[in-house]
Amino acid sequence: MTTTIDTTETPPAVAAVPSTRRLRRRPRTWLWLFLLPAAVPYLFVVLVPAAQGATYSFTDWNGLNPDWSWVGLDNYVRLINDDQAVRAVSNTVLLAVVVTIFENVIGLLLALALHTRIKSRNVLRVVFFAPVVILSVVVAFLWQFIFIPSGPINEVLRGMGLGDLAQNWLGDPQIALWSIAAIMIWQFSGYAMVIYLAGLQGVPQEQLEAASLDGAGPFKRFWYVVRPLLAPAITVNVMLSLIRGLMSFDQIWVTTQGGPAQSTETLSTLVYRNAFQYGELGYSAALAVVLAVFVAVLAIIQYRLLIRSGKNS
Amino acid sequence: MNRYTWKTGLGESGMLVVALIFLFPIYILLNVAIRPASDSGSPLVPTTEPTFGNFAAAWNQSGLGGAIANSAIITIVSVLLIVAISSLAAYPIARITAGWSSFAFYGFMIGLLLPFQLGLIPLYTTMRQMGLLGTIVPLIIIYVGLRVPFSLFLYVQFLRQIPIDYEEAAALDGASHLQTFGRVVFPLLRPVTGTVVILNGLFIWNDFLQPLLYLSGTTNRTVPVAVYSFVGEFTSQWGVIFSALIIGVIPVLIAFFFLQKSLIQGLASGVKG
Repeated sequence: MTTTIDTTETPPAVAAVPSTRRLRRRPRTWLWLFLLPAAVPYLFVVLVPAAQGATYSFTDWNGLNPDWSWVGLDNYVRLINDDQAVRAVSNTVLLAVVVTIFENVIGLLLALALHTRIKSRNVLRVVFFAPVVILSVVVAFLWQFIFIPSGPINEVLRGMGLGDLAQNWLGDPQIALWSIAAIMIWQFSGYAMVIYLAGLQGVPQEQLEAASLDGAGPFKRFWYVVRPLLAPAITVNVMLSLIRGLMSFDQIWVTTQGGPAQSTETLSTLVYRNAFQYGELGYSAALAVVLAVFVAVLAIIQYRLLIRSGKNS
Repeated sequence: MNRYTWKTGLGESGMLVVALIFLFPIYILLNVAIRPASDSGSPLVPTTEPTFGNFAAAWNQSGLGGAIANSAIITIVSVLLIVAISSLAAYPIARITAGWSSFAFYGFMIGLLLPFQLGLIPLYTTMRQMGLLGTIVPLIIIYVGLRVPFSLFLYVQFLRQIPIDYEEAAALDGASHLQTFGRVVFPLLRPVTGTVVILNGLFIWNDFLQPLLYLSGTTNRTVPVAVYSFVGEFTSQWGVIFSALIIGVIPVLIAFFFLQKSLIQGLASGVKG
């Protein structure tokens, strides 16, 4: 993995050899003290609260009342029977899968188009990447305006004589989730592009040329020469997009707050709503645990894929 | 393969068209922000009377000045702390092969797998019990703890590829571990420190959920929260709203302009593992 996406920052790998020699001059045992300043906030902010959260999911605590009791798996049973929660789980997965596919296809196509001799490639790289640095809140408000029924998108469609395609993009329960996916795809395709561009720099030009001399068309060349070499970049990108999709909150909270008719409710918005609007801390924690399981399973899959792609290359 | 042919030109024109379509939302943002409230025409048509009146109104009423200062303090303090403690912790992890070192490393790496929503509520109740709600202190603590695993990971990966010779020389000269780290190791980490600063800075500046939770309704707002509540108050006065959106993004865009190259490199290398 480390060797495939080349960056200017990485010193030659040869340098790694001497570092196995040990510093013998001073006792090293107390070096573990160096870990403390990082370990304390990490434990306080990440590990302990996560463990507490998992514990809360087995209680009926509302966040304020000192009287609470263990309820076993009640919160999880309720989750399975709660249409809103089931809807949120399927929305979360749908959203994550759709943004992952589109961000990666678009990001890869952009990277392939810019990994050529076109003169404007540096400017275009900045253009496509720019939305990544803009606040999600700003992006979401901007698109909320673009999507209003009398807004720019519908106006363009009507102007092109495609008035039938005009929609209430964020107000129609059938479409709202896809509109939010479109916002995220616009925002993050440039991120995928940058990682693919870095990956493409590791593809030797000679291999591409040899393939084109063999008479391989652009598609074959991509599939048999570029794709295997890009495998690590693909793995990383897919995982980043999936995790971002699974945890998406900003774009949804700003544009629809989970509506209309809960058609854009995801696990993230439901966790927030239950904890801070309904005062259902125990139930909210159970939802967060489900989200954590999704992310952890994906991370483990990624880890395995990474190891496999490392063996192949 | 190294000539600019008519095919390349065709590809270039195609990409410029794609870029224009891609920039359509940005065009709308600018056009609506600079047109006066009296202009009720289509947002697609460039305004005939550009004005900065909306910006003045947004600046005066949104409290974005204070929010930018607040965001800057939170971001700078958090990033400095993250750099200091993550690089320090990476040193023994990368240099010591004893069992506890890799045990500690994996202990930190678990943090990359846990979605922060899981700890969101318990952490909030803890901060409430400590009486820290409404201040920026809990946010700094949270960002530092939350970003340690990722930053530590980058530092350890980088440090493992740096030869140990300089450190041995320093140790021979009688430097303590802390002196060796501060004078020899940390300067060598400069490239990866750049990546750590940029990635964490961007994350913290743009974060919405935590400040919404800890700061909404107070005067200590960050930029995303200030923008969010400002839009809530000025429903459908889009000219003023869009001006506020632009003001909120300007600090990031300035940073982006100067750091564009290292930012893109950093993002690409930041995901190497």
